Amino acid sequence: MANPANLDTSVWVDRYGDYLFRYAMLRLRDRPAAEDMVQETFLAALKGRGTFSGDSSEATWLVGILKHKIADHFRRQAREAPLEEGDLGEHPDAGHMDGKGHWTTGPAEWGGNPADLYRQGEFLDRFRICLSELSPNHANAFTLREIEGLGTAEICKVLGVSETNLWVILHRARALLRRCLEARWFGTTAGKGS
Amino acid sequence: MLSCKDVTKLLSESMDRSLPLGKRIGVRLHLLICKFCARYERQLLLIRETARRLAATVEAPGGAFGDTLSEEAKARIREAMKTS
Repeated sequence: MANPANLDTSVWVDRYGDYLFRYAMLRLRDRPAAEDMVQETFLAALKGRGTFSGDSSEATWLVGILKHKIADHFRRQAREAPLEEGDLGEHPDAGHMDGKGHWTTGPAEWGGNPADLYRQGEFLDRFRICLSELSPNHANAFTLREIEGLGTAEICKVLGVSETNLWVILHRARALLRRCLEARWFGTTAGKGS
Repeated sequence: MLSCKDVTKLLSESMDRSLPLGKRIGVRLHLLICKFCARYERQLLLIRETARRLAATVEAPGGAFGDTLSEEAKARIREAMKTS
């Protein structure tokens, strides 16, 4: 067991600041908010450094604290900006479907090899831009589910929504992301009819 | 017979919970005959995978995104730690 007194807190900002900041930025998409979360994390870690067991690395321990801060931030945002009409509204692809709910202009063939795609920094940047253009409720739900990898029950607690509503929100978020990527990255050569 | 609108919703839902058997079969049957919905499913899975890659990339040391704390923010945080 590590002696907590061995923690050299004076180097934290230099050693872990950018790492924690990147972690927060991906999830919050907001520089001032991400900076605040990093600061809060270090302050909480200072206060709680007696609880650092040394079983995990310092970085892992700090990220654990940051995760809680981010969840708190989402909880606060959800309270301040409850679900809007648009969050549960019409199917984002409705304009591309007929009255019976069948595709009139279907998803385009994206082509290429996904493995190559992930290696392209530009594609990942574009993905983040598309994510940041979603409404906060859509983006936060998607982030908790797909980036944090939380289960739906836990996300419902954080966002204060029912499971049924969460399914709708995630469906909207994925559909909007898909549409954004199709328009901004893959170009549009959508097929007609089926 | 499920519509594409139903199927796109159920495809998303199936990524968050296990669908009841009847719905699962309905979706699979639809995907056999609808290339657009089959494509939609592949694209949703690609979106899921991309989000995971993104999380891994950002966390890697010297991560690719160049998001770094500004010097002002660092100074502010150091100050706050000193006075806490």
